[in-house]
Amino acid sequence: MSSLIRQRWFPVTFGGLCFVAVGVIVEALLRLGILNRYILPFPSEVLAAMLRVIEEEDMIGRLGVSGLEMLASGLAVVLVGVPLGTLLYRVRVLRLAVEDWIAALAAAPIVLAFPLFLVIFGRGMGTVIALAFCFGLAPVVLKTTEGLVGTRQVLINVGKSLNMSSSQMFWKILFPAALPSIFTGIRLSWTFCLIAVIGVEFLVNIGGLGQLINDLAERYDMPATYAAITFVILVSVLFFILLERLEKWLQPAR
Amino acid sequence: MSGEKQAALVVDNVSKRFGDAEESVLACDKVSFEVKPGEFVAVIGPSGCGKSTLFNIIGGLLGEYEGDVRVGDVRIDGPHPSIGMVFQEESTFPWRNVIDNVAFPLELRGMDKAQREEKARHFIDLVGLDGFEKRYPAQLSGGMKQRVSIARTLVSQPEILLMDEPFAALDEQTRLLLGDKITQIQQQLKQTTLLITHNLTEAVQLADRIVVMTYRPGRIKRIVNIDLPRPRTSDVVGSDAFGHYVAEIWNDLREEASRGMQDSEATARADRRRV
Repeated sequence: MSSLIRQRWFPVTFGGLCFVAVGVIVEALLRLGILNRYILPFPSEVLAAMLRVIEEEDMIGRLGVSGLEMLASGLAVVLVGVPLGTLLYRVRVLRLAVEDWIAALAAAPIVLAFPLFLVIFGRGMGTVIALAFCFGLAPVVLKTTEGLVGTRQVLINVGKSLNMSSSQMFWKILFPAALPSIFTGIRLSWTFCLIAVIGVEFLVNIGGLGQLINDLAERYDMPATYAAITFVILVSVLFFILLERLEKWLQPAR
Repeated sequence: MSGEKQAALVVDNVSKRFGDAEESVLACDKVSFEVKPGEFVAVIGPSGCGKSTLFNIIGGLLGEYEGDVRVGDVRIDGPHPSIGMVFQEESTFPWRNVIDNVAFPLELRGMDKAQREEKARHFIDLVGLDGFEKRYPAQLSGGMKQRVSIARTLVSQPEILLMDEPFAALDEQTRLLLGDKITQIQQQLKQTTLLITHNLTEAVQLADRIVVMTYRPGRIKRIVNIDLPRPRTSDVVGSDAFGHYVAEIWNDLREEASRGMQDSEATARADRRRV
């Protein structure tokens, strides 16, 4: 068994089989009448609805819309969050003043402020991107600061002993030392962005996959609704696998 | 005196006080000694004798102090290119492989990649890590990581190699074997070396002269010449002469170490009462 676990394919296959097993159990419970089929559709029907939704509801086009919103908010979060986290590291008094507020921002249900964003950005992609950006900003700021503050003093002393300029110190020592923490922040932030994009689309009924789930739910097409939700989950899993690969590629030492 | 070589490093009447006027600690007090070119000097003392303060002053990491530390005619008040530092803590860059770690100082100087890699390889060979060039620090043992740090310092070809207990975190066997490696490199490069340590056997194994420090404030108690034959290996540990030097220096250190221990216990008791 232990040799099996070490095989790369085994955990993936095991995870897939667990997913299938849950589907089979839910199907059985529904057919036995233990679960209510008007609330939960048959997994077999969900599976069958998947192709229909992809073809008839322009799932790929909607994926493109949500993906674009996700990409825009995700990039904005990195482009603003990393410099902001660096600024908080450099200016200690600013860090002490606002760090708790930024942490509170991560916990706040900003999505509920959507009417305000609708007024400012209009009923379109701008609102979704801006809300996702606000929702996802805090982790990358906090983890950037944490990574820079946590750089081991001895590495900084090595830099000092080599008479490095402050710019060299930042780019050659502080930033690479903080990179693992920054990546953790990016991963958390992008998770928040993804939740916000789909959630706001669903809530405001605009854009891509979130709107599709809303539409299908309002039509009471339960198999299709669950098929769309499953599709979003699968896309998210794929997205985070790719992100992990990217992280490994950028940090071969890890 | 005129026949003697000019000192590579002069520590002249150096004192350092930490804290304000009301509550201050005199870490080292009027410390003076010299290191001649090619000489290996060890500074030994109990914890709290100001060894690390002295290391930071000589390395230029503590700019404000009384007295003078000079390399040639230059007073040290910041990092100096003639002094290469090896730290007690593991200090390799985890995101760089061995060759990139060692070539780092050359990269800062703007040397082109091929040239710096060639030079780095030479020093990797010197510390006995050939074949490990593409490994990352996470894939190396503690002793190997310290050898990477030493190679990274040597690659700049500093006039003076300044080391602060570089083997403190290693086991005794590895420490002895690395001592051999350091002796071999020092003799090969005729490298002027100043080692700060609290390890008695390490100091006697490696040094030509040992500066024995008192417990706080750190003053020089005695300077001992180690007249053991060179080239020297860890075999010397078994010799009578080695045992004699260890016993002699321990006689000096015992009293200081006891004072240090009593002081720490008194501080711990006072802290407990305060809690």
